[in-house]
Amino acid sequence: MKIRLENVVKTFETFRAVKDVSLDIGSGELVALLGPSGSGKTTILRMVAGLEYSDGGHIYFGDQDATDIPVRDRGVGFVFQHYALFPHMTVADNIAFGMKVSKVKRDKAAIDARVTELLRLVRLEGLGDRFPAQISGGQRQRVALARALAVDPKVLLLDEPFGALDANVRRDLRRWLREIHSELGITTLFVTHDQEEALDLADRVVILKDGQIVQQGTPEAVCRDPQSAFVMKFLGDANVIAADVRDGRAYAGDVCVDAAGVADGRAELYARPSDLDWSHDGPGIAATISRVLDRADGRRVLATTAAGEALEFDVEPERLVKAGEAGFVTLRRAKVFAV
Amino acid sequence: MSTLSTRKKPPRVGDNPLFRRTLIGVVLALVAFVIVAPLIIIGVEAFAKGWATYRDTIIHPDTLHAVMLTVLAALIAVPVNTAFGIAAAWAITKFDFWGKRFLLVVIEIPFSVSPIVAGVAYLFVYGLQGLFGPLLDAWDIKILFAIPGIIIASMFVTAPFVARELIPLMQAQGRDLEEAATSLGASGFRTFLSVTLPNVKWALLYGVILCNARVMGEFGAVSVVSGNIRGQTNTLPLHIELLYHDYQAAGAFASASILALIAVFTIIAKVALERQGAGRVRKTANPAEKTS
Repeated sequence: MKIRLENVVKTFETFRAVKDVSLDIGSGELVALLGPSGSGKTTILRMVAGLEYSDGGHIYFGDQDATDIPVRDRGVGFVFQHYALFPHMTVADNIAFGMKVSKVKRDKAAIDARVTELLRLVRLEGLGDRFPAQISGGQRQRVALARALAVDPKVLLLDEPFGALDANVRRDLRRWLREIHSELGITTLFVTHDQEEALDLADRVVILKDGQIVQQGTPEAVCRDPQSAFVMKFLGDANVIAADVRDGRAYAGDVCVDAAGVADGRAELYARPSDLDWSHDGPGIAATISRVLDRADGRRVLATTAAGEALEFDVEPERLVKAGEAGFVTLRRAKVFAV
Repeated sequence: MSTLSTRKKPPRVGDNPLFRRTLIGVVLALVAFVIVAPLIIIGVEAFAKGWATYRDTIIHPDTLHAVMLTVLAALIAVPVNTAFGIAAAWAITKFDFWGKRFLLVVIEIPFSVSPIVAGVAYLFVYGLQGLFGPLLDAWDIKILFAIPGIIIASMFVTAPFVARELIPLMQAQGRDLEEAATSLGASGFRTFLSVTLPNVKWALLYGVILCNARVMGEFGAVSVVSGNIRGQTNTLPLHIELLYHDYQAAGAFASASILALIAVFTIIAKVALERQGAGRVRKTANPAEKTS
């Protein structure tokens, strides 16, 4: 099922949560809405679900205008951030709920068979008799997904699906959700504030800021070619270095990088920690190491430039660096944005 | 290691033995004098003139009528207020609307207002000289000094009980469960019945029990609007007062013992039902048990 949002607007009292958002989601696509809190991503998801109504614009499911279809009839599967499992029902009853209340009558045997099938799909065979309070957070999230899938939704919507889980479970569930998605091929839209999650999971990432889409594309496209300082900073750690742009080149200390398309004048260089390196004799930006943090996969160096900018970058585990050392920060690559 | 286990533990807050004993002693003494002693006195005095007198008081037509009237008031006021409480709690916790805070305050008014004030207010609204008095008189409807007045006054006094139990709980539960049920295709009524109600049933039950106890025991408001006509508009609490003023202490205590018994049964029912619900039963099909 294709979904199309056309100039959708939502205002809460005086706060414009979503400003004129248009978005196309292809059939079977897995799309992430990524943004900081207050960017309107959850509101957009809830409007697609029908849990909120838009104040303007249209939402199409296929060719049908779904803007005013109530949530009950919209045929979406919604997975809540805190699972929203019915605490007084067993796992099996939770999953069967949608089928029991459906206008399409199914007999008990058919419902039971479907529940068993879904329990197998989410790898929770044998846990059907447990209550939500008796299973782990990751298992609850999988029950929530099975429950949403039980009604054969046209669209699957997930609100911060792994937000409440610890890091390891989160990574496992992410891969697993990806597998389920390729198995079922259902159009899926999920909301997250975790860039790693969005990049790991989605076919396409839609980045939001203040109720507007600032950039969208494949994980590769948005990572390799962020089009604004906001996207650059939001997608990962970034060092900011003041620079001057002259004739399509940006200059900072002895360093010079390509800045095609940026107007002459003051600008900022953005570089990932892995884009910087340390050298004793330049050329580069003069700096002093203030601290070295040792990590399992390398050493993170905190340095301060002569201009007082704090930089963070990674060097190999074997590299001998220590606090107080003076030298030069070199640049492998950087993005330049006008100030 | 051994030093760790034999070492005298430093006292925590309130762990001082003297403090602890004093506190427990004060509480026990208060419970004994304020709650237990009067209850025992009721039992003792009720039977002071023997079992025969007790029985005669209980089966006296006036007493029986008072009991019936009290039960009738409860049978009407409790379900009505339960429905009102559920509706109010649902509206306040699941919807956003203008005047919501105001409604919350209004619901609490019967708690803060003296019941006698409520009774007097009803006099001015439904009494002969009151707001609707002439109108009601013209249609020959009797509210005051009749059964409807007693029921309305009881309802006023107990209006907040169920709502007050439900609102904090439903607020804490949020709207996620209802939204989930609706997104799965459940109707509003179905959502209420199979999702909302089972999750608030113990609070609801508690509210119903409190409401019932209060309806049966209500004195102030009812005494103003009932007119105290023996065998006609006398509820059990009013009947007790009448007997007492007639110097029939044994009779008064005998009638009081009925109210006390109802109270004790109420508490037993509540504890028993809570215990039944505590061990999660697989099928939680029947919500909203009624106890009165």
